[in-house]
Amino acid sequence: MKYTEEHEWLQQDGETVTVGITKHAAEALGDLVFVELPEPGTKVAKDDEIVVIESVKAASDILAPLDGEITEVNQAIVENPTLVNEDPLGDAWFFKMKPDNMSALDELLDEAAYNALID
Amino acid sequence: MSDLKQTALHDLHVELGAKMVPFAGYDMPVQYPLGVLKEHLHTRAKAGLFDVGHMGQVILTPKSGDLADAALALESLVPVDVLGLGGNRQRYGFFTNDAGGIRDDLMIANRGDHLFLVVNAACKDADLAHMEAHLSDRCSVRMVEGRALLALQGPLAETALTRLLPGVADMRFMDVAILPYEGAEAWVSRSGYTGEDGFEISVPDDLAEGMTRALLAMDEVQPIGLGARDSLRLEGGLCLYGHDIDETTSPVEAALTWAIQKVRRTSGARAGGFPGAARILGELAEGAPRKRVGLRPEGRAPMRDHTRLFADQDSDSPIGEITSGGFGPTIKGPMSMGYVKAAHSALGTTIYAELRGKRLPATITKMPFTPANFKR
Repeated sequence: MKYTEEHEWLQQDGETVTVGITKHAAEALGDLVFVELPEPGTKVAKDDEIVVIESVKAASDILAPLDGEITEVNQAIVENPTLVNEDPLGDAWFFKMKPDNMSALDELLDEAAYNALID
Repeated sequence: MSDLKQTALHDLHVELGAKMVPFAGYDMPVQYPLGVLKEHLHTRAKAGLFDVGHMGQVILTPKSGDLADAALALESLVPVDVLGLGGNRQRYGFFTNDAGGIRDDLMIANRGDHLFLVVNAACKDADLAHMEAHLSDRCSVRMVEGRALLALQGPLAETALTRLLPGVADMRFMDVAILPYEGAEAWVSRSGYTGEDGFEISVPDDLAEGMTRALLAMDEVQPIGLGARDSLRLEGGLCLYGHDIDETTSPVEAALTWAIQKVRRTSGARAGGFPGAARILGELAEGAPRKRVGLRPEGRAPMRDHTRLFADQDSDSPIGEITSGGFGPTIKGPMSMGYVKAAHSALGTTIYAELRGKRLPATITKMPFTPANFKR
């Protein structure tokens, strides 16, 4: 699994990458009450604000971690945003995307580097 | 952190695993491990315990010994019938300023030979100075030190609290009582800030932790932080000073005219005589240019404070602004309150909030968003 400094995790599965937020991020945000996801098929550039999430406290954006195309989104977290607090690394993934260049994943943080960031 | 003040329960909050945040100069619990949503729902279902020891407790004693003199003195600062407040009864009110805005909102209790006030933490020093400046010829004004303030709120608050203070079962909504507790006095009011039945309890600092632990040991009671306090009061349609009411909002604009009794209005026996009376009585007669309203967004996105409001999708100039907003766990959806021009304030009107560059519809809705559950 790879990580961004914006507290996203990325899991490669063949030609696509599944993206969610880390347990650390979910805990820091508090209970989520609103999630807005992009449409599948949307072309995104790295650092585009593509997801809006709101916790009981405040609104935040989630940025596209890579250049590519959104292929699938997880409607379950739109219906039930607290799923993100309950299972951020599993059922509460946010979207899947097909990166323009899969090797861009290599430039992201590995688990040790991410853990050092949040320590 | 070192310059933040602490309440008598600070160490207990930390022990309970609370996330602490600065609030009105105090280091306060915003949530406990249960989390804001569950804390909110627990309070509506059973009983939630809040530390509100940051708020100001003030005693106004008439120098003449006649409570009516203290009541009339305080009436020079609030547009409220204080003289007519019965013994052991409490009433909501607000200090107004010369421009007819609101300096602070407060609770006023008649305790026989003196008045007992509870004021907001962020305003308490200014409130004390204001009262000393205007009332000290007729009253002694004293900020109570060394007493904690707890709030126990929810449908099972009475069940829980009677185990420690049996006398609370006889109280009605907005009654106050001084009850014996552990060889000292508990000052209790049947009121709160959640829209639920409940109590606020002032006890000496050295008894606060014991009372809190005794309540938390009961199955009905969970500790509740400021996060859920805010969503509970917003569902209850209650104003937060500094957001929904402030120095610029008049009580008429704020839809708080129910707290201005007839005797203080034009043609009343003690009409006017409070700061800003010209504007406030004028607006009572003629209507105010804007009004505080409740809003239910049509979608799921919360509309928070400072979000601008428009009459339609295209107009350039806003008709108002949201002053509080968030997600209501009990109503399972977003809710807001804010000010709109009077012409757009009718219940059922659809207006538009500008959120992340989009105008999203919201309906002006009666408050409270959840039905009040008081023991009258």
